[in-house]
This record gives sequence, structure tokens and C-alpha cells, in this order.
Amino acid sequence: MRRITGEIRAKLIEAAGVSAYFDDEESLLSHSYDATPMLQAMPEAVIYAQSTNQVSAVLKICHQYEIPVYTRGAASNLCGGTVPVHGGVVLVTTRMNRLLEIDEENLTATFETGLTTKALHQAVEAKGLFYPPDPGSMLVSTLGGNIAQCAGGLRGLKYGTTKDYVIGLTAVLPNGEVIHTGGKLMKDVAGYDLTKLLVGSEGTLAVITEATVKLLPKPQATSVMLAYFDDMYAAARTVSKIIAARIIPSTLEFMDHGTILVVEDYAKIGLPTDMKAILLIGQDGHPAVVEEDMEKMRAICMEEAREIKVAKDMREAEELMTARRSALSALARLKPTTILEDATVPRSQIATMVEKIAEIGAKYNVRICTFGHAGDGNLHPTCMTDARDQDEIERVEEAFEEIFAAALELGGTITGEHGVGIVKAPFLEWKVGPAGIEVMKGIKRAFDPKNILNPGKMFAGQTRKRVVINR
Amino acid sequence: MKTKEIQGKMPQVEKTPVTRRLQDKLNYDELSNCMRCGFCLPACPTYRETGREASSPRGRIALMKAAVDGHLQNGKQLEDQLNQCLGCRACEPACPAGVKYGELLEQARDALEDHARHKVWVRVLRRFFFHFLFPHPKRLRWLGRLLIIYQKTGLQWLLRKLGFLKLLPSYLREMEAVMPAAASKGVAEQLGNFIPAQGKKKGTVGLFRGCVMDVLFTETNINTVTLLSEAGFDVVIPPQQTCCGALHAHSGEREMARSLARQNIQAFKQREVDYIVSNAGGCGALLQEYEHLLEDECEAKEARWFSERVKDISELLLDHGPVEKWGTLEARITYQASCHLQNVMQVKEQPRQLLRQIKGATYVELFEADRCCGSAGIYNLTQPEMSARILDEKMKHVRATKADILVTSNPGCLLQMKAGIQRAGLSDHMKAIHVVDLLAEVRQKGESRY
Repeated sequence: MRRITGEIRAKLIEAAGVSAYFDDEESLLSHSYDATPMLQAMPEAVIYAQSTNQVSAVLKICHQYEIPVYTRGAASNLCGGTVPVHGGVVLVTTRMNRLLEIDEENLTATFETGLTTKALHQAVEAKGLFYPPDPGSMLVSTLGGNIAQCAGGLRGLKYGTTKDYVIGLTAVLPNGEVIHTGGKLMKDVAGYDLTKLLVGSEGTLAVITEATVKLLPKPQATSVMLAYFDDMYAAARTVSKIIAARIIPSTLEFMDHGTILVVEDYAKIGLPTDMKAILLIGQDGHPAVVEEDMEKMRAICMEEAREIKVAKDMREAEELMTARRSALSALARLKPTTILEDATVPRSQIATMVEKIAEIGAKYNVRICTFGHAGDGNLHPTCMTDARDQDEIERVEEAFEEIFAAALELGGTITGEHGVGIVKAPFLEWKVGPAGIEVMKGIKRAFDPKNILNPGKMFAGQTRKRVVINR
Repeated sequence: MKTKEIQGKMPQVEKTPVTRRLQDKLNYDELSNCMRCGFCLPACPTYRETGREASSPRGRIALMKAAVDGHLQNGKQLEDQLNQCLGCRACEPACPAGVKYGELLEQARDALEDHARHKVWVRVLRRFFFHFLFPHPKRLRWLGRLLIIYQKTGLQWLLRKLGFLKLLPSYLREMEAVMPAAASKGVAEQLGNFIPAQGKKKGTVGLFRGCVMDVLFTETNINTVTLLSEAGFDVVIPPQQTCCGALHAHSGEREMARSLARQNIQAFKQREVDYIVSNAGGCGALLQEYEHLLEDECEAKEARWFSERVKDISELLLDHGPVEKWGTLEARITYQASCHLQNVMQVKEQPRQLLRQIKGATYVELFEADRCCGSAGIYNLTQPEMSARILDEKMKHVRATKADILVTSNPGCLLQMKAGIQRAGLSDHMKAIHVVDLLAEVRQKGESRY
């Protein structure tokens, strides 16, 4: 990789504008990290992108001189996806944050990708519309980041994730060419589906500057309840029974015993600490359907749950949701370093996977609590540790390696919604196989022959050997 | 594995005297607690204004940590970023990991203060206010008298008429224009040091009268006492109390803040008070944090005694105020929260509930009422440009409420709102008032009716 010399710097400043180009120490340091623990690397320049044309101009120069470009929104991602490991330019999109259009006839929204997810939610909901993807970071995360990582969220089970909503993109290729994919079309099979390919491409193929997403009518009613179980398998069976009863709830969240203990200790909201699992179950839609589904699910839960709490109104519903939302806060306060992981299994395997995680945590003597989206099998085993304790960190990394292996053995995957980035790169081949990796690398070469976009991500220098370490 | 791959990409630089001082003063555990999730970004006013990561809590913490870890060469930029921080602490409730940003900010400012390269006028202002004026009630009183002379003799009128004030920078001119009438006698001189409860006694309250508060907002202090006494509290005003030290602590003068804290604790410790009540969110927040300010010292126990008793006036009035006896007020009312009152003292709903209880009044919520108004102690004087940007944004939302009365619960915010109303050309439609003064007004109306 080339360095930014005086000549290249002058060209970049000309392309970006003086007010958008920074290479002072403070700017470089404050763009050397994202939300991933223990990863940091210094860029050589930071550019605040203003428009598609400007991104194009910047990329043309970087392409010519082979300068790495790391696109970054709010840098809330958890896989090291925006850490500039090879230096170069960090291209920040947060200034491109206009909501361009809410099309109420076609039920679509078009925006610049620096817009925050929450801002889109508020704008479309004010018009009685609904954009379902709701990653935990939506208050801060940009839609561009959501698209690049294919973010999920609590509503994934019923409504799917980001890839199910993005229907059109404007993106700048590494050589500066601008492409438009898809459009306001619900049906479009013209050629390869580049829209879907770019969603989840983690900034390695193109810089996505504008997007069009489809919207749904806003559900008229929502209702939630909590069910407490004194046996993990009872909770897991309940999940399966709900799905088998042909009900797709809008929310089906899970907390394990460890998480319950920590959340209750932190939030003091009256959770039963002797319970092994809690399910948070919700439905939205037409009021009559919501009522009927909630009644059916309550009956199913009654078979095995120790206790059920149904929210009487929205305020009580909010209180119940607090339990699940508090999970991250509570865990994050316990120890300095919080490693929030993302192993996913078929939903029939949740109980087995949760047990496995607990066993692995015990084996390596590290504290791992698990919560997540039971409905879609997306679990967040979360480790409370301290980055300064090198010995423990090594054990944590070994434990997670084993957790990913366990997830794959159960027919799962190494990441359900956070992406590969740096953190999962050594494990990607485990999931997709050597031939899969080769196809992916071929796609990367087709888009980015000089490997300037987000280099060092997705594909590891070396795949981890898949052996379980026994100490 | 991954950690090793990345290391070496961060520059290791020589420690400088500044970074060494930061290393000494900053709580490394607290720095490590920041998991960089970014949840604080939307809460931060300066991040929203600039869009720059370095102007966010996450960015500032990263810079502090980089300085301690030896990745940061030049302390100047960190200093600028810390000066630009309002200290509103809106990032703290937003933080999942519970990072005590306010503590880190104070520690860093404390460490940098010795090396501070303030502009001359800032240095003069700081010395004058922090050391000469605030800790000395008598000097403040004298300044008050000078102010009265200025305001009452026609000098103010003359200067305004002659256009002399136009020589001042615009932000000072705006502040001069909204400066309240100073009082020559403070609350204790007017009411005595003990005001008995009316009706059945519910407890004893020590009034924290403040420093500037008691000169420029004496009326608010008097109203506070009257409302408390009516609510059934004996009110004592210990004469030895002094400035709370908040401005000192926030500006890197922690030693001075500690010494003021000790004096206040002693002043109140001598009296058997159930509560120590403040009517200024900025003061109340630091009073509540005395425990942490003095945590390493032998006075920690006494500091805890003090901090546990601190309440905001609105908390006591909501629980004990004889609201049902108050009169009616036909007005549209909105509320701008005090940052420290809500983010540190966790008093959010009480002032709003009091306002909602006023008969005849319509309460309308101000959009982003919880966002800092830009006053932030002396921030509006030291960082006038950023302060004005934040204020103008605030006034857009204030205008949209179409309120007749804009209520605040902290003197700094009140002055800023008054300046804002004038700046936005809303003076004919709207007034700004302290919640206590509004309630006192409502109460008097009630009395005249009954």
C-alpha cells in the first residue's frame, strides 16, 4: 500500500475541499477505532464526504495512487469493520445525511446513507409508515452502516433484516465510477442482483452513498409479555411451539440465567433471579390479530412457564421491554471490556447452543452471559472481561473460537448480524468453505482489483485451524 | 491473535509534562470503561453542531486515553476539545456502560490547568471570578451594590442611550441587556437565618443560597424560603456557607472546589437539617457530588452526610407544596431543563409536574428540552461562538412552542434564555422565569383570591 505524500494530499484536499479534509493528530486518533474492543489503528487522513460526486473524486485519486479507503458512518460496528488497519483515508459519511424522499405512493424512502436509522424511523412513522430493521445501535448508527453490515435487530424474526428492505442503491466503485442498482421496483431481475450483493459487503466492494428502501404500513397495535422459565429447554421448547403453531411474533427475545442475574442486580426491576430463562414475547399488527395471537402464545407459555406477565398498556409494555434493553447496559457495567458476540443457530438448537456456551465459558474460566433473538436463533454471547488482563483475553479468544465452532456444528453461522470484519475473518472459511472463499475473492477482484476498499477485512491472511483446544 | 495483528499501528510517542500530568490525574479504569459504542454521540450538543468525532464524548475520552497511553503528542488539541465541551453531561444517562464522563472531564481539566495557555482576558476573568469573587459573599455583595448604582442611577440608561455598549462584543451586550436588578441585601439579611414552618412542621431544611444567586436572584431565594415555609418546613440559612464550587470544579480548579466544599459541609453540619435544598441545578449537582469530590479524604463521611441530604426545590415542593391552594394562571407554559439538574441530580419530571398542576395553564413540552441551552456556567463567555449556535437552535424550538412563559430551574439557564428571547426577537410574546418565581406568583394570586 502507498502512503499519502504531499502531492497526493494536495490532490485529495482539492477533491474534498479544505473544510472536509483533516490530518491533524486529533482527527486521526479519533478515527482510529470503532465499537470493537481492543482494535485500533491510525489512518493518514480523514475526509468528511459531502456528496456522491465528491466521493467519486476522492476515490479516483485513491485508486490512482493505491491509497486504502475505509468508509465509516457512526463507527458503532462490532467486528472491526471500520478500523483503518492499513492506514490511508477514513471516509466519513455522517455529513451526507439528507432524507431525500418519502414516496407515499410507492411506499419507499430514499436517503443519503449518513442518515441515522432512528431519524428514518421517526420520519416514516410520522407518516404512518414503518421501516422494520431496528439494530440495537439505531439511535446512532447510520443507514449506510446498516446496509454495509446488513444489520438485523429485534424485529428480524417477523420482518427480516436490512437486506429484505433495500431495493435500490447509488454506489461509487473503487475507481470512482458511479453505479445505480435497483430502484423503486418491487420486481426487478435484470442481471445479477448487485443491490443484494452490496448489502452486507462491509465496505469492501463500493462506497454506498444513497439508498432506496421499501416501507410497510405501520402496525396499528402492539402488545408484549414476559414468560419466566426454570428450565432452559422449557423456554426453547416454547419458542418451537410458538413457531409450530404458525404464529410469527414481532418480538421473541431471550435472556439466560447469567443475564437475568446481572440485569436484576443493575436495574432492580423485579426479575426472578432463580429463573433459568426469560422470554420476551410481542406481537404487532391489526388489534384483533394481536389479541388472538397473544392469547394463543400465552396459552402455549402456560404449559411450561413458571409465571407470565402481560402488559396491560403501552406504558407497561415499555417497562417489560426495559428488561431486554437493559441487558447490554447491565453487562457493560460489570467489567471494563465487554465483548458482544454474534453466534447464530437454527432456532430449534437454541437451548443446546446456550448450554454449550455456558459449558465453554466454564471450561475457559471466563464469564459469558447470553441473550439475544430467540425467534431467529441469533444469540449474543457476551463476555465481561478486562482488556488489560492479557492472560484472560487469550482464554476469551479461545472460548469464542470454540463457540463459533459449536454454532457451525449445530448448523449455524459465525455471525448473524454484526458482520465479518476483522474479528470473524479467520473463521469465514469455516462457514463458506474454500470454494466459497474463492468465489467471494473473485467478486472482490471484479469490483476492486487494486484492493483499496476496506483492505484487511473479511478475508484473513490465514484461516484459523479448526481444532478444539483442550487445556 | 487479533490484538497482536493491530498493535504497532498506533504511534508510541514520548511522554510530555502534559501527558504525564494526565496520567497522574485521570482514572484509567474509568477511561477503560468506555466501550466506544457511540451511544453518547446523539446526546452531545457539540458533536451535533460540528459532526466531528473528536468533539464527541467518545472522541474526547479516546483522546484522553491516547494521551495516557502515549499515542498523543500534542496536548493542545485535547485542551481545545475539553474547553469546547459544555460539561452538560447529557452523555452520562445515554451511556450503557455508565462511564463517569463528568469525573474524567474534571480530572483532565485539572491536569491541563497548570499548563493552560488561556488568552489573557480569559485568565483575568478566571482569576477575578473564581478566586476573588465567588468565594467571598461580602465582595459579591459589594459588586451587587456597584451594579445597583449602575442600574439605578441612570448610568445604564445613559450608556445604552449613547451606544457605548455597542463597543462590547455582542454576547456580552446580550448578557448586559438581560442582567437582572441586583439586590443590596441577600435572603438572610432580609428574612433572618431562621424562618419557621407555617402550620404543622414536616421537617427542617437548610437553604443553600448560592453566591451569584443571592445577589442577582435574591427574589428567587426569598420565594424559595417562603414556599418551603408554607409547605411546612423550618428553613435555616447557615451564614458561614459559601459558593458551591461548581464553576471551579468544572474549570480544573478542583483544589479550590474542595476547599469550598469543606466550608459548606461545616456550615450545614452544625445544624440539624433533614434536607439541604438548592434552587440552582448547577449548584445542586455539585453539592450532591461532594461525596465524590472529597472521597479520598478523611471528611468523606461528613461529605456523604451532606450529599445525601441535597434536594432540588422542585422535589420538595412536588411532595409537600400546598398546590391545591395556589391560584390560577391563564398562560401557555414550557420548560427548559437544567442539564445538571436532570443529568446529575436525576430530577426530570418534578418541575414539569409542578407546572402541569398550575390551574388554568397549558403546559407544552419543548422539543429537546433536555438539550443544553449553551449557557453552561461561563461557557457562553469563554466559547461565545459555539454557545450562540446552540442557543439559536434552542430558540427555534422555543418559538415553535408558542408559549407565553419559558420556565427554567437554574440561574445560568435563565439568563441564557432571557438573552435568547431577546436575540430571537420574542421579547414581546414571551418571558423567561425561574420555576420558583412562577410558583410564587401563582401562589400570590391564590392568596388574593381566597
